[in-house]
Amino acid sequence: AFFWLVSLLLASLIWFISVHLSDREDAKLQYGLLIFGAAVSVLLQEAFRFAYFKLLKKADEGLALISEDGRSPISLRQMAYVSGLSFGIISGVFSVINILVDSIGPGIVGIHGDSPYYFITSAFLTMALVLLHTFWGVIFFDACEKRRYWCLGLVVATHLLTSGLTFLNPWYEASLVPIFIITLCMGLWAFVTAGGSFRNILKCLSCKQEDDSRVMMYSALQVPLED
Amino acid sequence: MITFMNNSDSEEEPCNERTSLMSAESPPVPSYQDGLQASEAGEAQAHRKRRTGGSCNPNNITDGEAPGTGVPVRESTSENEEEELTLKYGAKHVIMLFVPVTLCMIVVVATIKSVRFYTEKNGQLIYTPFSEDTPSVGQRLLNSVLNTIIMISVIVVMTVFLVLLYKYRCYKFIHGWLILSSLMLLFLFTYIYLGEVLKTYNVAMDYPTLFLIIWNFGAVGMICIHWKGPLQLQQAYLIMISALMALVFIKYLPEWSAWVILGAISIYDLMAVLCPKGPLRMLVETAQERNEPIFPALIYSSAMIWTVGMAKPDTAPRGPSQQTWDAAEDGRENHRSPSHAASQMSETSPAPTRAITSLEELEEEERGVKLGLGDFIFYSVLVGKAAATASGDWNTTLACFVAILIGLCLTLLLLAVFKKALPALPISITFGLVFYFSTDNLVRPFMDTLASHQLYI
Repeated sequence: AFFWLVSLLLASLIWFISVHLSDREDAKLQYGLLIFGAAVSVLLQEAFRFAYFKLLKKADEGLALISEDGRSPISLRQMAYVSGLSFGIISGVFSVINILVDSIGPGIVGIHGDSPYYFITSAFLTMALVLLHTFWGVIFFDACEKRRYWCLGLVVATHLLTSGLTFLNPWYEASLVPIFIITLCMGLWAFVTAGGSFRNILKCLSCKQEDDSRVMMYSALQVPLED
Repeated sequence: MITFMNNSDSEEEPCNERTSLMSAESPPVPSYQDGLQASEAGEAQAHRKRRTGGSCNPNNITDGEAPGTGVPVRESTSENEEEELTLKYGAKHVIMLFVPVTLCMIVVVATIKSVRFYTEKNGQLIYTPFSEDTPSVGQRLLNSVLNTIIMISVIVVMTVFLVLLYKYRCYKFIHGWLILSSLMLLFLFTYIYLGEVLKTYNVAMDYPTLFLIIWNFGAVGMICIHWKGPLQLQQAYLIMISALMALVFIKYLPEWSAWVILGAISIYDLMAVLCPKGPLRMLVETAQERNEPIFPALIYSSAMIWTVGMAKPDTAPRGPSQQTWDAAEDGRENHRSPSHAASQMSETSPAPTRAITSLEELEEEERGVKLGLGDFIFYSVLVGKAAATASGDWNTTLACFVAILIGLCLTLLLLAVFKKALPALPISITFGLVFYFSTDNLVRPFMDTLASHQLYI
């Protein structure tokens, strides 16, 4: 979350400077600068995700060194999930909290001719964004780990595409539906990347007892009981 | 006990003392000759005031008590194990501290957002005599800097006074001061707070009920804080009084002065804890020399370790030494009349690390980490001010919150690395201030413009 915030800070700094240096009155230029600012922000977010990956990798190595059995207590996949989730949460919260607060207060949605579905579509978009960040985190970390750079490029491209689709926004059919389709695809991709498969789902649903107790213990940050 | 540290100071001063992170463990014992010696050394070390939180105490002691094969071998393996345990417990401690800090901030932010009283300007404290109602920017800046200088010097004087009192063993004085402070906090401020909350929600309450509630709240609080009580209850009370103090600060400090004071306090904290002649450091060392637990009061501890069968007779018993340093009551101005009382608010200084000399059991027991209450207060002041004055509303508050927590994480990491008392304020407050100003001025227009077009990034 901290890393996402720093990336947002830098992106706003760039946007702010560019706005101040440009002509305030020209609406088209301002809109163009906004698009530019959003694109820069997306690129910075991904860059900071990469930086976070590097940091976690170092920490992972350190933890593995000092632990008893040579493995770190948290696997890289769990870290990827957590990192994606935290990016998603902070991004979603920043996008939606002011809207939520306004939605409590008295008012009429869309009284000036905007869409009356503003709140509900914001809610859906935020949900999609949170899920997307989580999936991107998993895919991104896995791609960095296995050095599949085309995956990285694809993640960045879909992020840009998603952000760009929101620019079509009052036309919700064109923006919401593709975004949800992208979310589903990313979800499937992340699931496969994390090692899931159809058989795993079946096994999970049939409630077979797995030998996963050690994973649970590690993920709860507990010291295994020493004898 | 050593109440003077926190009590005799003005609110600021105790804040300083409180603004240190204490470790609940003793530093690793270097000598492992044999079990007995190691355990004794461990005891002595446990009594040392550790300001950073961490816990490998039992580890040391258990290492020492294990029948030794070779001393060097044992030392190296124990060092490894210690490090590993430190890091493992480090993560746990971070989480153990996140929860109370978050709770305190939530209480403060919720109150600020709902109760009008704490955002109204109703006069200033006696410590910040210069008003900020001046027309020119330069004059305002100058006034706020002067206010800060006065506040910080009051704190310094109080801290030095406290250290002197402690050196000359005026325990009764400190004790009395502490009790007076906590009395004021628990009764008067709670009464004002409750009154304002009831006013906001338009709930009627008769005086007998009010008296009953406040009396019970205050009496149980005094017992929990100054004597014995369930750990959770004591933690809850400490969080509540920190929140109350933070609210008082938010209300009565003028705008710019508050930010400058926050910055100055973190610098002071850094110097007071790390410089060899710093008052807080001298306090720690004196307490270590005397083998006493330092400032059991006014330190939030996340776990209690009951010392069983203490070998040393002069080890202060745990229970009564749990003094909370409450800010010396200052006769804070009543919200009805802007008169300034001149009583001292003594802040509870960060309680010295608890004597973790649990020899027998408690190998894998909860080792606590201690954080001074002043840290709680100033973190909450920062987040509360962000909530009160930022026009970007919740984004700024959230950004400051994340920044402070990350700062706390980093401080705890440094604690695990350095294993000595560290100030908890500087990193967090720096991050918080940077994020506040940048989010308020840079991020807010960006996010607002994006949201108005319903764009997502």
